[in-house]
Amino acid sequence: MDAQLKSIRFTLNGAPASATVATHHTVVEMLQEQFGLFGARESCAQGLCGCCTVQVDGTAMTGCLTLAALLDGADVVTIEGLDADGTLDPVQEAFIETGAFQCGFCTSGMILMIRQLLDADPDPDDGAIRDYLSGNLCRCAAYPEILKAVKLAAKKRAAA
Amino acid sequence: MSATAKTRQVGRSLPRLEAREKVTGRAEYIHNLRLPGMLHAKIFRSDIPHGRIKTIDVSAAAAVEGVFAVYTGEDIKRVIPDPYFGPAFHDQPILALDKVRYAGEAVAVVLASDPHVAQAAADLIEADYEELPAVFDEVEAMDSKAIVHEELKPAGTFPDLKHLKGLRDTNVALDFHLRRGDTDKAFAEADHVFEHEFKTQRVLHLPMEPLISLAECTSDRTVTIHTASQSPSFVRIEIARLLGWADNQVRVRTAYLGGGYGAKLYIKLEALAVALTLLARRPVRVAIGMDEVFLTINKHPTTFKIRSAVTKEGKVTARACDVWWNGGAYADIGPRVTQKSGFTAAGPYDIDNVTIDSYAAYTNLPPAGALRGFGIPQLVWAYESHTDLIARELGIDPVEFRRKNILREGRPQATGTAMKDAAFDAVLERIAERLDWEKPFDRGAGTKLRGRGVGIGFKACIAPTTSVAVVNMGADGSCTLYCGTVDMGQGSDTAMAQMVAEVLDLEAEAVRVVRPDTDITPYDMGTLGSRSLYHMGHAVRLAAEDVKARLAALADELGLPPGSNIPIPEMFVKRYGMRAGNIIGTGTFVPSYTSPDADGLTPDATPFWMVGGAGVEIEVDTETGHIKIERLVNVCDVGTPINPAIVETQISGGAVMQLGFTMFEEMTFDEGQLTNGTLADYRIPGFHDLPATMTNETVDAVQQSGPFGAKGVGESATFGVSPAIANAIHDAVGVRLTSLPLTPEAVYTALQKSNLENGDS
Repeated sequence: MDAQLKSIRFTLNGAPASATVATHHTVVEMLQEQFGLFGARESCAQGLCGCCTVQVDGTAMTGCLTLAALLDGADVVTIEGLDADGTLDPVQEAFIETGAFQCGFCTSGMILMIRQLLDADPDPDDGAIRDYLSGNLCRCAAYPEILKAVKLAAKKRAAA
Repeated sequence: MSATAKTRQVGRSLPRLEAREKVTGRAEYIHNLRLPGMLHAKIFRSDIPHGRIKTIDVSAAAAVEGVFAVYTGEDIKRVIPDPYFGPAFHDQPILALDKVRYAGEAVAVVLASDPHVAQAAADLIEADYEELPAVFDEVEAMDSKAIVHEELKPAGTFPDLKHLKGLRDTNVALDFHLRRGDTDKAFAEADHVFEHEFKTQRVLHLPMEPLISLAECTSDRTVTIHTASQSPSFVRIEIARLLGWADNQVRVRTAYLGGGYGAKLYIKLEALAVALTLLARRPVRVAIGMDEVFLTINKHPTTFKIRSAVTKEGKVTARACDVWWNGGAYADIGPRVTQKSGFTAAGPYDIDNVTIDSYAAYTNLPPAGALRGFGIPQLVWAYESHTDLIARELGIDPVEFRRKNILREGRPQATGTAMKDAAFDAVLERIAERLDWEKPFDRGAGTKLRGRGVGIGFKACIAPTTSVAVVNMGADGSCTLYCGTVDMGQGSDTAMAQMVAEVLDLEAEAVRVVRPDTDITPYDMGTLGSRSLYHMGHAVRLAAEDVKARLAALADELGLPPGSNIPIPEMFVKRYGMRAGNIIGTGTFVPSYTSPDADGLTPDATPFWMVGGAGVEIEVDTETGHIKIERLVNVCDVGTPINPAIVETQISGGAVMQLGFTMFEEMTFDEGQLTNGTLADYRIPGFHDLPATMTNETVDAVQQSGPFGAKGVGESATFGVSPAIANAIHDAVGVRLTSLPLTPEAVYTALQKSNLENGDS
């Protein structure tokens, strides 16, 4: 199969990065195959479940549908970047304290999406949280605990 | 050492041991694994539901640059001469041979170093079939001329399947019968007889992590399988059987599972991965997409005819149950579901005369297996809807009617087994209490009408099964647990560590739990049917107690006084002269069990009973049929929880999953072709589907035979949800839905029909 290759430079979890990618490769493929980062995962492959979420230039994106070649010049943050200094993000802490996951496969995407929610709305109510996270699916249905985690994380961020 | 515990470890709500890995994205899943020289497999699938294979043209695929090889079922026979697998029947070919039996069945495989190349090549394969008549409905399958399997091939592991061996020209994979008392007489003498028929739809597990297996030949005589499996020991034994090898030539290991719910049980992609690595002599990764998960395994649709004889006072004196299970094209564990769940089909009621006839049917649809409840939610749907209808017909309050008939401690269940540690009454009363059942209820007004309903169910635990565990104490006193229970999100690692810690006075966080690996962890039947906490829990407890006994023996050997508080590391130094050695404890657990007789009766049907129920308050929009679930109350008897916080999430998770199966999930087929096989078309519950209020609780109970009074919880919250909602719809608007799911369209259609019948326009 003829693949066009493209060299890209971008920032990955705060550090400069470069990669040569085939133009049909997705962000998830590149992160897994070239950087050994497995926190963004392909599940539905349709951009509907949120398991593949990565943050690109401050916005959560579906990594299974975004082409890696488009990341040239972008600032990319994955779940693995949140505790780069050895300290967990308040959302990660809140997830542990409220038990907001079971199998953990959707957790990376949930956490990245919740950080973006709290950036936009530091004190969301139940309705706002449900709306904002409606594109993130959890088959274990840890939804009640995730709602609690969002509120706890909001408190932690306010106190910080 | 610092890890010594000062408090009880059992009963603590500590976070999952692997919590930090999971929130940082670093938890190990099999999806993360890359093996040197690995090839990717992409599957070409049948596009017809039933037909004889005439030709498979792989030439175009094989010619694609970068393709390593293309294999069909005939190639598989070169390394596995009799390539049929399955837990109950050896009926499923690794790749289709001679026939295809459902649209979506794996027919050929392309291997390539680049998965995109493999997929593009697989799309070039063409197959030509002689189409055969197909059968899709479980009741029609009983006497259809379309025969899915010419000959039945039971695996031989289950005595009650042996009579089926060699039977020809039937789609009935198992018929189970139970006869207790004199049902005919009771019906003849009954004041009232009620008969209804209920149906459930085909749904699927849909774990967020799609199925994946990798295999590699680690020498000429050993193979290693890395697989997202709930049952590594079973995979090992089944692969060894297929290859004609000893068990110790097959290594099966897992990582954390991204959900299971039964989808990753017994054997799925593993046989294909092994055959491919043997053919290719390279490591092979078989990772299917979510669209293929839809074609791999699902949950049995059912038709259930239920008939009850009732006195005018409201006592049920007889119940006759006919259940048909739509197993799809391959039996998987369906015949076990038919029997092991079938025998509870009469419900948790004290009924002297019971007949049950339960049939597993082959059809030309994707195969059905075990899904969170092993058939029980399908049965509870029917018997709790039926029970509610009887109560309404007799003008008896539905909760009061259940009180009159419920199985109480010591009374015989349909098999004759006396109920023990099954808190039906406590569960029912707690639900009623939470719903303020005795108080006046706001029934709404206008086009928004309110109703409420309850449902309770129960389940036996599959038996007899075995679990083995090893606890290894190092010279510093730290402990490692080797057990084959697979943590797929249910928190088993944490609960098992708590039990080790409880026995050995450690902090649970200090116990390390080794991931299941058949080269390292001892035998376990499988992580299924809510059996692990009980069976493996006992094995783990026994292994830890063994360590404790050996420690005491060591103290004695060293001449230490009884009750000496000398630190453990010092004991090792005294014994071995340096920091060296181990103390290894083992535990094996097999519960007592008596096989049913020819009438399906036994005094010892199960190691324990799971009990769960739900109560709901809903609002029905009579103009649209939409249902708003305002309150969902889930109550279970789980014995004494080992980790109450995790137990609560198991209850709420199970209930919300069942809510999806109740309200909207349904695999739809057109002449055997799945028409909604992606997450875009098949919706699962999200944040907006949560009830406005949901409570999850356990009743005070002790499972006296369980480890630390505990028993399994993974499925119990699924039991009552579906009928509770249908009963609430009836309560709100007076219409009865007898098929799942309870969509707005179904509610609206029923309302229109009812209005027409009542002449309301």
